Amino acid sequence: MKLYCLSGHPTLPCNILKFKSTTIMLDCGLDMTSTLNFLPLPLVQSPRLCNLPGWSLKDGNAFLDKELKECSGHVFVDSVPEFCLPETELIDLSTVDVILISNYHCMMALPYITEHTGFTGTVYATEPTVQIGRLLMEELVNFIERVPKAQSASLWKNKDIQRLLPSPLKDAVEVSTWRRCYTMQEVNSALSKIQLVGYSQKIELFGAVQVTPLSSGYALGSSNWIIQSHYEKVSYVSGSSLLTTHPQPMDQTSLKNSDVLVLTGLTQIPTANPDGMVGEFCSNLALTVRNGGNVLVPCYPSGVIYDLLECLYQYIDSAGLSSIPFYFISPVANSSLEFSQIFAEWLCHNKQSKVYLPEPPFPHAELIQTNKLKHYPSIHGDFSNDFRQPCVVFTGHPSLRFGDVVHFMELWGKSSLNTVIFTEPDFSYLEALAPYQPLAMKCIYCPIDTRLNFIQVSKLLKEVQPLHVVCPEQYTQPPPAQSHRMDLMIDCQPPPMSYRRAEVLALPFKRRYEKIEIMPELADSLVPMEIKPGISLATVSAVLHTKDNKHVLQPPPRPAQPTSGKKRKRVSDDVPDCQVLKPLLSGSIPVEQFVQTLEKHGFSDIKVEDTAKGHIVLLQEAETLIQIEEDSTHIICDNDEMLRVRLRDLVLKFLQKF
Amino acid sequence: MDPECARLLPALCAVLADPSQAVADDTCLEKLLDWFKTVTEAGSSLLLLQENPCLVDLLTHVLDLKPQNVSPRVLSFSLCLAGTFAAQEDCFEYLQQGQLLLGLFGEAGPLSWAAWSVPIVRSGWIRGLRSLAQHPSALHFLGDSGAVDALFSLQGDSSLFVASAASQLLVHILALSMQGKAAGSSSLQGSAWPACAQKIVDHVEACLCSTAAPQVTQALNVLTTTFGRCHNPWTEVLWGQLGPLVAHLLENEPIPAAHSLVDLLLSVARSPVFASADCGLWETTARMLSCLSPSQAGPLALGTLKLQNCPQALRSQAFGVLLQPLVCILRATAQAPGPPGVLDETTEGSSMTVDTLLSSKSACVGLLCQTLAHLEELQPLPQRPLHWPQTLLVEAAVIILKLCEGSVAPSSSEGGRLCGALAGCVRVQRAALDFLGTLSQGATSQELMLQVFAVLLETLESPASSPTVLKKAFQATLRWLLDSSLPPSSLDLGLPAPLFLKELFPVLQKRLCSPCWEVRDSALEFLTHLTACWGGEADFREVLLASEVPKLTWQLLRDPESYVRASAVTAMGRLSSQGLQAASESSGHLEVQQGLVGELLHILSVDSEGFPRRAVARVFTEWLRDSHADVARDTEWFVATVLPMVSRDLDWEVRAQGLELVQVFLAQTLGQSSPHCPYVVTLPKASPPSPLPEVLRTLCQLQVFDFAFRALFDCDRPVAQKACDLLLFLKDKTAPCSGLQEPGESSDVTSVEATLQRWQAGEQGQPLSTLEPKEVLAALRSMDLEGLQSRLAESSDHVEKSPQSLLQDVLATVAVLEENVADCY
Repeated sequence: MKLYCLSGHPTLPCNILKFKSTTIMLDCGLDMTSTLNFLPLPLVQSPRLCNLPGWSLKDGNAFLDKELKECSGHVFVDSVPEFCLPETELIDLSTVDVILISNYHCMMALPYITEHTGFTGTVYATEPTVQIGRLLMEELVNFIERVPKAQSASLWKNKDIQRLLPSPLKDAVEVSTWRRCYTMQEVNSALSKIQLVGYSQKIELFGAVQVTPLSSGYALGSSNWIIQSHYEKVSYVSGSSLLTTHPQPMDQTSLKNSDVLVLTGLTQIPTANPDGMVGEFCSNLALTVRNGGNVLVPCYPSGVIYDLLECLYQYIDSAGLSSIPFYFISPVANSSLEFSQIFAEWLCHNKQSKVYLPEPPFPHAELIQTNKLKHYPSIHGDFSNDFRQPCVVFTGHPSLRFGDVVHFMELWGKSSLNTVIFTEPDFSYLEALAPYQPLAMKCIYCPIDTRLNFIQVSKLLKEVQPLHVVCPEQYTQPPPAQSHRMDLMIDCQPPPMSYRRAEVLALPFKRRYEKIEIMPELADSLVPMEIKPGISLATVSAVLHTKDNKHVLQPPPRPAQPTSGKKRKRVSDDVPDCQVLKPLLSGSIPVEQFVQTLEKHGFSDIKVEDTAKGHIVLLQEAETLIQIEEDSTHIICDNDEMLRVRLRDLVLKFLQKF
Repeated sequence: MDPECARLLPALCAVLADPSQAVADDTCLEKLLDWFKTVTEAGSSLLLLQENPCLVDLLTHVLDLKPQNVSPRVLSFSLCLAGTFAAQEDCFEYLQQGQLLLGLFGEAGPLSWAAWSVPIVRSGWIRGLRSLAQHPSALHFLGDSGAVDALFSLQGDSSLFVASAASQLLVHILALSMQGKAAGSSSLQGSAWPACAQKIVDHVEACLCSTAAPQVTQALNVLTTTFGRCHNPWTEVLWGQLGPLVAHLLENEPIPAAHSLVDLLLSVARSPVFASADCGLWETTARMLSCLSPSQAGPLALGTLKLQNCPQALRSQAFGVLLQPLVCILRATAQAPGPPGVLDETTEGSSMTVDTLLSSKSACVGLLCQTLAHLEELQPLPQRPLHWPQTLLVEAAVIILKLCEGSVAPSSSEGGRLCGALAGCVRVQRAALDFLGTLSQGATSQELMLQVFAVLLETLESPASSPTVLKKAFQATLRWLLDSSLPPSSLDLGLPAPLFLKELFPVLQKRLCSPCWEVRDSALEFLTHLTACWGGEADFREVLLASEVPKLTWQLLRDPESYVRASAVTAMGRLSSQGLQAASESSGHLEVQQGLVGELLHILSVDSEGFPRRAVARVFTEWLRDSHADVARDTEWFVATVLPMVSRDLDWEVRAQGLELVQVFLAQTLGQSSPHCPYVVTLPKASPPSPLPEVLRTLCQLQVFDFAFRALFDCDRPVAQKACDLLLFLKDKTAPCSGLQEPGESSDVTSVEATLQRWQAGEQGQPLSTLEPKEVLAALRSMDLEGLQSRLAESSDHVEKSPQSLLQDVLATVAVLEENVADCY
């Protein structure tokens, strides 16, 4: 059993598990942090961004000034943003049988894999995962395609040139594998390969293994996966949450008794408590708006935004913000808000029960109804007519490199009355803000990451007790910025096995058993004999038939009739020769009684010696040795077959035959 | 016993004796026991039994019933009752004649019945014996009946109450049997102990030598109670005999029953018998301090430090034990821990403390919380060590808070592990903030004070701080701000408080906007207290008015949470008293134009919750008392507007507060009733009180009397009491006027009195015609306000408490139960 690790990002995993002749890809995350090295794509022509000076080497060589621009001491690539793909060279991806998706954030690299690697398998995911994943992809494609950029920079990627660049460009990894965004056509094609599954549904893969998605509590439709055969169980935990937010709670009990637990997607901000952060978010939002400022919340179109809107729903009246407009701007805003209301079966119990009232599970429906929350596909069109300040705007993309957020950063960045509040934990907010410096607007960082923290992981591991834990190397040491926090790492026994990008891990357990079925007629013919109380044995003579990873014992064919009429045997008739069966023996030989029996049968001068493994009975007269051990008995006599057979029969009297 | 009760008693006994009639609950039986206790304390029990033979019949009947037929409750009751009667020696003899006591408490009695498995029976048996054990005859009885042996085994009873009662009874028997023995200790040596006492001491001695921890604990508990209760010379002999055995326990590893051992040592040390003698006690304590685990040694150290007569060396050692965890924290985080003198004693045994702190998160949290609580308790006591290491303690509290915040990055591995254990730990944070708050009174260097303010600000600012932590942080901040004896006007001196204020207000603003109502509430309370103390300081006013705080506070008057509205009302009341709501008035909100008074009146009249309305009533009273500008402009209008609202309020506290407001108003218009202190210097009044008839007319117009008379018959006693006091005050003040009235009552007065009588009868809906001063005076004169005052002073349940009603209740309950049974069929 092997694990191929294709992604170095612990929350955007992409691993391949080879297990019992199947090749299973676990998640297909796309590392988008690479886009932070690029200049933002403004929706409206930005003189500031256009006029940034080109970057030149220390010696004044300016051959890169078309590709690289300098802004407040940072250097950015002036090109269409590119993403860091999972490793494609480690294993032939066309051999992947299935891809299991755990949540919509972890499927963003799917089109790269399904469309460009010769992949012919099936992708499994839950319905909300697919629908919301589609929205995220659609939004991404839309954000990038609507700001066409003629230039595609590639010179800087040259290894010799990259070395000369300032950080962080100099340290960017695998730049040669960075790719531009996929197209909508590729998205559609990739999504067509997905087969929908429900929680606890058992899916057979070639009869060899069974995979089952379990609720992971993190997002709508998010799942952990159980991959098991009859005697082995691997759990894949990715992006799980124990907090009470909108999704169905995490199913922990089904993870018990795993041989291996692959643990990814823990919280990215282990020191931040989501409740405190929501409080911080609300307080800062209220303070800004009360002072006449605007609030910008860069976010994904689905996920935490539902919880934030729910908090605000309860908060705005108490904070006297009822008259403040809330805008949600995304090409998929409408679909996201509506989808959230129709996936009732994937929601937590509280929200599910609302559906029966019937009421919309999320209160943002009421915000929309009362015109407190308005949503628009983009800043163009209706939005510009309705736009009223001070206001609160939720829009993407959280990297601040593309999407409508770029426009608001340019628009509001100059006033200290305004505030940008970062709630998504995927991007470093300082790096995200770098191309907008100098910036007058206030920046508040309250990352809300509901995924498991290390205390919860430690409790979870105690509860489910896997034999082995496998996790990204980042989880086996404290975060670099807090190297003294020994509590911010996975602490379990035996210590977890860690992996990093482009590593292959041999998982530490051996398969010892295989299940074989016995055909009823064969089973009928068996005659078990009790050899010990509670233990019966029967001999089986059968043909082992193996097909689709299923093994069946079938009755042996009858002994072949003499085929006098036919001259030649066909290959398919070539049945194995059934040898005459010798009976099997069991039991142990009590030495004292055996010696008495020997004496009774006329042997004399018998000597018994104790050895480490048993006894040696010495028939001195006959110059014969009988070696009795726990699992074997040898009669050693030179050239006296008669004697040997006599002795053998005496030995056999003490043993059971069947 | 009054005849009515004596009449009911046979019926009661019959009910109790009848196994088919279940008594509803234990409380009435307990009340019955209390009553019998008072009766027997007041007179002869023997006489009582002779006059009421049904009582002995009840006891006999309980014994005669088949054991399985007796209800455990009644059996327990009977045991207690028998004990209560037998407390008097003559009655004891009387009961003994019929072998009743032996039947109840002897080995053949309930002790051997199946009902013994019910804890309440065992408890009743012990309580009965406890009441009975009052005289020498009882001692003989206890010795002969085998009760003491039974008590030994009951010490390990599964019910903690029973076990504890058994242990206490043993102590009582020991003390009783030693009663009257020669005071000189020499005469008690050797075999001079009375048999019963000797038996108990032997048992304790055997238990102390036992290897089983529960036995040792039992022995230690008996001794702890003995030394805690008995302060006779024989206890010194007892300690002389058992002290070495106790000291011997310390040689075991681990030390058995460490908590009980600590209790015992402290109990012995507190006994006045040992005030002068040493008896090896201090030596044992010192040994124990050094060998117990840090969490076990903490309570002993605190107890030792609280003692008056303990040697200095031991005090130093004990204080060292208390300080040790904090010193370890400071060392692990590489802080220079205080002056060297303090730490010399603490180095010993610190490895054990470090081990505890690092062993697990829960051990670390437990030890730190305990240490902080102990030091907090010690801080204000006169016994606290003279050399109080203020700097070390403040530094430790600061560093602990930083560890909890995760804002300190220690280089050592111990520091790293501490950081992991304490990061985000709310329990330790709360304990440290409480402790830091109490340290505000000591002298602290300016540099350290800056650190304190910095860590408090960090806690207040941190998004991770929970509401309870924030509340404590606000409280600690307030104490440091007010106790640091730095008026905010000392800005030019560069002292921390005013600078801190500038940083504090943005945080306060944020907290006032918190989505969590507890946080908004704590922030408002903090603002109220701070304004009350510093409202007059120019720098404070400047910072406050420059911030959004007054505006936000105003907005919180409409908060959805009633507690927050109440706190906002109080805060706005305070801000307004200090003239600090100015900033909000310029904000252009509609409410502002109406003025704060209007807003508060709105809350008073329409708020559905009591808390905000109470707060408004309190603020209005304060304003009236302090002559707030908005009120002083037209006091009569103010009173006339407020009174109708408060008088009709459903919340009694609002009505009581309304009466308080009237009282303030009367004091201002009529002058104080009488000076609280005859020597008090009274300021010359700005305007002399108006003439009485005029005042009376005004009061009538303002409907003060209507309110007061109604309140007099209020269903809530505090309101009625207050109204009564108020009317008495008025009666007192109007006495000179009443002489002017014609004798004889006019018809109007009669109608007023008739209305009042109806009100008294509960018909409060009856309107009162507009009152005239003369009717009021007549009503005041004719009413027995003094009598009413004394009646109101009695507790409200005095009627229902009588024994007669108790007996009736018990009988009635049984009757009801019977009815219910009949219904079932």
